[in-house]
Amino acid sequence: MERTTIDLWVGVFAAAGAAALFGLALKVGNFNSATLGETYSVTGAFENIGSLKPRAPVKSAGVVVGRVDNIKFDTNTYEALVTVKVDKRYPFPKDTFANIYTAGLLGEQYIGLEAGGDDKMLQDGDKFSKTQDAVVLEKMISQFLYSKASETNDTKEAE
Amino acid sequence: MFSALAGMFGGIGHRIIDRLWRFGSGLRFFAYILIYSGESFRRLHLTIREIYFTGVLSLIIMLVSAFFVGMVLALQGYNTLQRYGSSEAIGVLVALSLVRELGPVVTALLFAGRAGTAITAEIGLMKATEQLSAMEMMAVSPIARVVAPRFWAGVLSMPLLAALFSMVGVLGGYMVAVPLIGVDSGAFWSQMQASVDFKEDILNGIIKSVVFGVACTLIALFEGFDAPPTAEGVSRATTRTVVNSSLAVLGLDFVMTSFMIVA
Repeated sequence: MERTTIDLWVGVFAAAGAAALFGLALKVGNFNSATLGETYSVTGAFENIGSLKPRAPVKSAGVVVGRVDNIKFDTNTYEALVTVKVDKRYPFPKDTFANIYTAGLLGEQYIGLEAGGDDKMLQDGDKFSKTQDAVVLEKMISQFLYSKASETNDTKEAE
Repeated sequence: MFSALAGMFGGIGHRIIDRLWRFGSGLRFFAYILIYSGESFRRLHLTIREIYFTGVLSLIIMLVSAFFVGMVLALQGYNTLQRYGSSEAIGVLVALSLVRELGPVVTALLFAGRAGTAITAEIGLMKATEQLSAMEMMAVSPIARVVAPRFWAGVLSMPLLAALFSMVGVLGGYMVAVPLIGVDSGAFWSQMQASVDFKEDILNGIIKSVVFGVACTLIALFEGFDAPPTAEGVSRATTRTVVNSSLAVLGLDFVMTSFMIVA
């Protein structure tokens, strides 16, 4: 087939466009961290998950080891059931602690895993035995004010 | 008095019916393009030639505007973000606004102005000089020979142009944020990578640009094909291409964004 300079320019254009797509996927987006590879899912029951969302990171010692898969509401216990997918490369002991933390003061919420000392490891479909809820700022402030108020009442009565 | 009012409403109704008529024949035109596509793909060099004219020749205006859009976004974003002490989030702001909205939308608007007008004027003039009727005389379908290659060239070029626009825009934002303002380069990229999702943001942006490609190219082709074969008719058709493409792009953008954000 006869080759023309237009073919060359169209080739350059298509290659540049494809390169830009790859650049967007790898450099701008989180294509490599979004695909975790082989995972196992573990469920945890929380009384309050705050503003935790699906796809929020699951971290241990600050390293992303998985992602929140889905969040359901259990009408039997009135608790939130959070399923997380953890990378198969990172096995955790059975008595691992699952906490909901907030990145920074107003940042996004994530699940922090603190490994326990059990010999057995968590398997696919297991449950976290120990969980800790998200900190609700309003609750904390009202508790603080309440305890302050009762403190001042106590000192007044003592006087 | 009454007859004047009736005439006014009659005029409005007439225009609405005329628009609907054109819309319907535009859709029939779209169906014809799809039917004749197979025939035009057999002469692939026609499509490649059109990609050169619509895609490659639009590159310079796209890339230069993308660079400036990225730089302005970084400047404006920094101005607001530094008040809340989160100027590192500037990478997120620039990347998300480019990948989700500005990349596909501004590319489509520039495309309508740069390539769409050229398509309309070319086809309108071909019609005015009776080149299209001459083709029909020779049993060559003008839709297969002239229209379908331009359509596919536009549809293929648009996502590539939008991806290049977003990438160059992010680089423009980087140029302002890191060397000029002094945001940390690592924070710029890592925060961006943490919040830009491949499926939710980048893939949706590409879907948008494909839809815009279909809309802009179809409008440009139809206006050219439907233009009255006079100098005035071609000039009006060119204006209508820009107006209708811009409105279609912005309207479709709202519809698609509302679907994508909810989902």
